[in-house]
Amino acid sequence: MTAIGNTSWRFIKVWKRNLVTFQKIWKVNFITPLLEPLLFIAAFSLGFVGIVGNIRYGGAELSYPAFIAPALIATAVMNNAFFETTYASFVRMYYQKTFDGMLATPLCIEEIIIAEIVWSASKAAAAAGIMLGVLGAFGYVQFPYGLLAIPLAFFGGIAFGAIGLFFTGIIPTIEMFNLPIFLFVTPMFLFSGTFFPVSNLPLWAKPLALAFPLYHLVELARMVCIGRHETVPLLSIVYLAVFAFLFTTLALIFMRRRLIK
Amino acid sequence: MQPIIEVQHLFKKFQDVTAVDGISFTVGQGEFFGLLGPNGAGKTTTIRMLYGFSPPTRGVIRVFGMEISRDWRKIKSRIGVCQQDNTLDPDLTVEQNLIVFASYFSISSKEAAVRSRELLEFFALSNRRNAKVMDLSGGMIRRLILARSLINRPDLLILDEPTTGLDPQSRHQVWDRLEKLKASGLSVLLTTHYMEEASRLCDRLVIVDRGKILVDGSPGELIQKHAGHHVIEIGGPDQALRDYLKAHHVAHDDLGQRIILYTPDENDLSAAVRDNFCHEQCTFRSGTLEDVFLRLTGRELRE
Repeated sequence: MTAIGNTSWRFIKVWKRNLVTFQKIWKVNFITPLLEPLLFIAAFSLGFVGIVGNIRYGGAELSYPAFIAPALIATAVMNNAFFETTYASFVRMYYQKTFDGMLATPLCIEEIIIAEIVWSASKAAAAAGIMLGVLGAFGYVQFPYGLLAIPLAFFGGIAFGAIGLFFTGIIPTIEMFNLPIFLFVTPMFLFSGTFFPVSNLPLWAKPLALAFPLYHLVELARMVCIGRHETVPLLSIVYLAVFAFLFTTLALIFMRRRLIK
Repeated sequence: MQPIIEVQHLFKKFQDVTAVDGISFTVGQGEFFGLLGPNGAGKTTTIRMLYGFSPPTRGVIRVFGMEISRDWRKIKSRIGVCQQDNTLDPDLTVEQNLIVFASYFSISSKEAAVRSRELLEFFALSNRRNAKVMDLSGGMIRRLILARSLINRPDLLILDEPTTGLDPQSRHQVWDRLEKLKASGLSVLLTTHYMEEASRLCDRLVIVDRGKILVDGSPGELIQKHAGHHVIEIGGPDQALRDYLKAHHVAHDDLGQRIILYTPDENDLSAAVRDNFCHEQCTFRSGTLEDVFLRLTGRELRE
């Protein structure tokens, strides 16, 4: 069905096309990762600290902002990659017919799909890099290990970009992206050890959190940013890799089915 | 000489609809070939299979002597496609659209800049090179899509309804450019439902309907054979005319309020009709490809 054997380095050309359009509006694109962490840190250090106090996590006492800072990077990775391959890819595919135009050139559908996923991961990595700078300035990131958050963001971005593009392959109209956002993105944002440790959850809810790819990305982000974690990092890496592989394959199958008639 | 396109017994089925029902044709080197038919006849489906966008259900497609199923990448790098839809990048400028598209063909950015300058000149878009695509008029957009389809200096140009939705000025400008390309020896496959366009540009054409080829020939031959050089349209025909036509076995279409006669040349019949039956309104004109098209595909609406 899919012809992954068709794929070649040519996908880079599609990636570059996205970079050229991104540069047109790069100022707007950089505002969110620059301001978002400031907003969160301000809100939680001003309003929350008195109520929440310190958090016990991975065998250490952490201030609340220090606890959530790496998770902010991880959720930004999820949002950047997922929204890029859902709304933005859907607009390119359906409204702008960009992929139809590309398919009249030596490019093939597999190269376009791979490029969309890799592009979303690149955008996520760029956002993570900016956030790393902002959060580092507040002392919430330990350098130089914290810099590993950038390749980590790219890796996590592949996983979230792939599942986003899978939804783009099956969703009938752009409004219906609300559904995966409500059922998948929002629960993950809240329950992946982002705002409270998963060890605080009741026993029955824990396996659920462990199934969330964001949980594993948050864990790995804390490991590289502050050197603390509560799971086995290798397991998280393997989980994310399997997740990324599975949904890249599904994205290839369903996008091909949608576009090639 | 080896044909540019060779299509044999081509079929395309979508679930229970047969869009292309066993068509065969060839396009020679330097030929301007037309694929005509009403909406839903299978024109776009056919050309989508030709440029490797959609896989055929059955049949053989050879372009430049190569099989599309195997050598699709080589074939696609040598053809230019002007799609029916506007597939330009609205976020990019006119020039960037050409340069980014050139990169898909692995053309260096330096070479792409040279070619895009030439093409913008050729299509009278040079003064809009930094404009955003969204600010262009319909005619300019169409010319830019055409320019883009030539960026790889193709050996075969595929045009899917290149002038649909354009005003007469823009349409004539596009035709003028296409004639220049034809004169340069480029092989072209055109789909259209403007008969005037096909008559003017095509060396040879086929008319397809419901996925099948009805006729094949040059515009002149087809008019000669299926409409005749002279056509008389008679408004408000009476029974006497109908009887006369029946008695003399004259080729005609009876549309109720109007009768259309097809005759090979000026003859006694035209004189007889002029003298005896032109009560209300009579038009004497040359046969056109439109007559051929309507006679073969019928006059009822398709959608």
